[in-house]
Amino acid sequence: MAWWVWALGLAAAASRTTNPLLLLLLVAVAAFVVAARRPMTTWARGFRAYLIFGLVVVAIRTVFHIVLGGGYGETVLVWLPEIVLPEWSAGIRIGGAVTAEGLASAVYDGMRLATLLVCVGAAVTLADPRRLLKSLPGALYEAGLVVVVAVSMAPALIESAVRVRRARQLRGTSARGFRAFRSIAMPVLDQALGRAVALAAAMDARGYGRVGSLTVGARRTSAALLLAGLLGLCLAGYGLLDAATPGSVAVPALVVGVAASVIGLVVGSRRMVRSRYRPDRFDLRSALVAVCGLAIAALFVLTEMSGDPVSHPSTFPLVWPQLALLPLVGTAIAALPGIASTPVEPPASETVRGSAENLAVSVQTAKGISAR
Amino acid sequence: MISFENVSVRYAGATSDALTDVKLVLPPGEFCLVVGPTGSGKTTLLGAATGHVPHFTGGLLRGRVLVGGRDTRTHPPRELADVVGTVGQRPMDGFVTDSVEDELAFVMESLALEPAVMRRRVEETLDLLGLADVRRKSLAELSSGQQQRVAIGAALTAHPQVLVLDEPTSALDPGAAEDVLAALHRLVHDLGVTVLLSEHRLERVVQYADSVLSLTGPGDPVRYGPPGEVLAESLVVPPVVALGKLAGWSPLPVSVRDARRLAPALVQRLEDVAPAVQESSAAKPPTGDPLLSAHGVWQRYRNGPAVLRGVDLDVHAGEVLAIMGRNGAGKSTLLAALQGGLRPERGTVTLDGDPVHGVSARARRRLVSLVPQEPGDLLYLDTVEAECAQADSESGIAPGSTLALLTRLIPGLLTETDPRDLSEGQRLSLVVAIQLAGGPRVILLDEPTRGLDYAAKDRLTEMLTGLARTGTAVALTSHDVEFVAATADRVAVLSDGEVITDAPTAEVVLSSPTYAPQVAKILAPGTWLTVRQVEAVLRVGDPLHSARDRAGRADQTDVLSVPEALR
Repeated sequence: MAWWVWALGLAAAASRTTNPLLLLLLVAVAAFVVAARRPMTTWARGFRAYLIFGLVVVAIRTVFHIVLGGGYGETVLVWLPEIVLPEWSAGIRIGGAVTAEGLASAVYDGMRLATLLVCVGAAVTLADPRRLLKSLPGALYEAGLVVVVAVSMAPALIESAVRVRRARQLRGTSARGFRAFRSIAMPVLDQALGRAVALAAAMDARGYGRVGSLTVGARRTSAALLLAGLLGLCLAGYGLLDAATPGSVAVPALVVGVAASVIGLVVGSRRMVRSRYRPDRFDLRSALVAVCGLAIAALFVLTEMSGDPVSHPSTFPLVWPQLALLPLVGTAIAALPGIASTPVEPPASETVRGSAENLAVSVQTAKGISAR
Repeated sequence: MISFENVSVRYAGATSDALTDVKLVLPPGEFCLVVGPTGSGKTTLLGAATGHVPHFTGGLLRGRVLVGGRDTRTHPPRELADVVGTVGQRPMDGFVTDSVEDELAFVMESLALEPAVMRRRVEETLDLLGLADVRRKSLAELSSGQQQRVAIGAALTAHPQVLVLDEPTSALDPGAAEDVLAALHRLVHDLGVTVLLSEHRLERVVQYADSVLSLTGPGDPVRYGPPGEVLAESLVVPPVVALGKLAGWSPLPVSVRDARRLAPALVQRLEDVAPAVQESSAAKPPTGDPLLSAHGVWQRYRNGPAVLRGVDLDVHAGEVLAIMGRNGAGKSTLLAALQGGLRPERGTVTLDGDPVHGVSARARRRLVSLVPQEPGDLLYLDTVEAECAQADSESGIAPGSTLALLTRLIPGLLTETDPRDLSEGQRLSLVVAIQLAGGPRVILLDEPTRGLDYAAKDRLTEMLTGLARTGTAVALTSHDVEFVAATADRVAVLSDGEVITDAPTAEVVLSSPTYAPQVAKILAPGTWLTVRQVEAVLRVGDPLHSARDRAGRADQTDVLSVPEALR
């Protein structure tokens, strides 16, 4: 849980700047903390994939700009052959001048998106999304479980695609294009569907979605409240993250959204007929990790609000991006969990001990239980 | 505990009932084994007991099923979760969480039990099923036997009165299956859980069962009673019962231990006539140069430990080689390397002296062909006919050849059927036909017996020994000792990526209690492996048949292919 707050803080910070140096710093922080604190689970091996995916995003953004981009700026790097489009496609052009200014802004933009991705990757790596479920309010549990199960189908899909591709070789098929696609997609989809049905049956047999003694009316009201709460959360998130929303709209939206979600979740959770097996404790260390994440977000937002050009270095005219004290302090704080907290232990081991034992153990290891 | 009151089930769109008029009352604490050939309604019956049928599958259920006093008409599976626990064939497909403890706790969370109760039950279950040392592991890291035990534990923590298991050991090696069944046995004895279990490989389970429920097919009445009585008339019987019938033992033994007490007389009878037969039927050591041979093959997964560590293995023309070993011992990897689809890191695989991986996939198909563990991976067209036509064009042979081959393997299969609607046995035959279409010199099969009933396994044995007689080399992996004893000429045992034994079948299976088939256990110290061998020997001893059979007994494969009169 704490790691998710931390990573989202990092992501919020990234969304508030286009300074490539700061963005690189953010990625470095994420990578450093992941390298230092990653648990040894299957989920944790995917971080590199997120990094590569980030690079791909930057590359795509740049290529798009070169091919389709608008050509403002004066420093022309290359002239590409331009295809003249009819009048009605005003604003879109293919080819033409590629300017250093345009290119820089495209790369900055791509980097921002890539950094956001890497932050999410860090969160997934540090804290298995399945464990996040344990910290979700009860009312969100069932919806959350569906999402998590859907996400974890992906590795199974890849595995069965690899198997089917190998099997195709056994038949010696040399089909290409649509036929090849079909010969892989059909068995893979068939198997995925079969697995999904089996899983649904297993969940059903094990009491998922039990209504117990609740009446239909009670279930409906809590569902409605939950929906309202979720909408509120979305609004609040939007107000928080979108720099373009004026403060007069964002602040009330935030307040109303948070209020609606809190009411919805509290009432909804009270009506849930579920219990929790060994929920994750939110201890001091977890709180510190979360605070580190919030701190970096706050410092970046402050920097931006103060109008310091460090947040959005000018690309027209193109200048070398600068660094400033405030964001640097922020990144340093965000990197702290990489040194101060203990490695994230594999699931289920950290919640074994009670708080008294916990103390004893933390004294012994001088580290305590991981912050999550 | 479970009662079926005139239950009939008909699925949507079907023209006949899947279950007809089942009447059954299962008392508490009973271990009931459900037997029957493929398609006889075993899964439907189990599903009806858990509420899965018809709430999840659809269809029309007439009559009434009561489980622990609750009517499945008004209680969907989720409302029965505290009374019935369900365990499926593939535990990985049913796991919701990814760690052992969370998985065990899932059902209790749904039932809203107190945290303290949950803790206690998780600990109890870990001990009961011997999972305490893997409690922190991720489910994907466990062996398949452990996974299946976690699946049982996950159902058990709700303290259900009934446990329903659909072929829980079908994917397990003999050792892991023993573990799972021993755990079940303990549950029945210590906790008084009522168990309803279906299984194809009866030889593994029948000795644990208190009663047997035999289904013969849609429309036929079910039979329910003590194992010996019901199996005496059942279509599917384990080797021990088949042997008992052959020897005319009464009451019919269902466990190896019971049978062994009755065996001395039979052993005496066999030994009177056996020496001559045994000599001639002893497996001939492979002669001549090997057709396919692997030398020092090393293989590792990406970043993982080595799966194969210097494997040397030869496959000769005209023999059936079985590769056995624990789950995860590297059997499938070895087959992939033998086929040439996987290039070994070190070592070589050669066919008649030429390396197999230099050849293109299309050409290799005509030399070495592999039937993968999931035959469905190969199928993607809508009808059996289309698949066969595709195979003709892939192998560059005359149109219709594959279909002709398939018709020889299983006569009377409708060519318009969607391959996905075929039974496991039929689908396997289809894939075997496709893979044989190119006329390969070696055919490899990865776990071909999974999900097959006895009749289908017998057909497979006939098919493979027939192929070997025509000079094709056959190599297969299997956990099924009875099938291997009946089919293979030679057995190689793989452990930790190394071949630890490579010898004629009789030698391997007789020397190890894990791999010994039931007949061998009963007739020890004799060296008979299958009911058919015993039957053949007895015929020789029988003056009426001896003259006729003496001509054929010189060749062991002929003895094995005598149509089985027992069925």
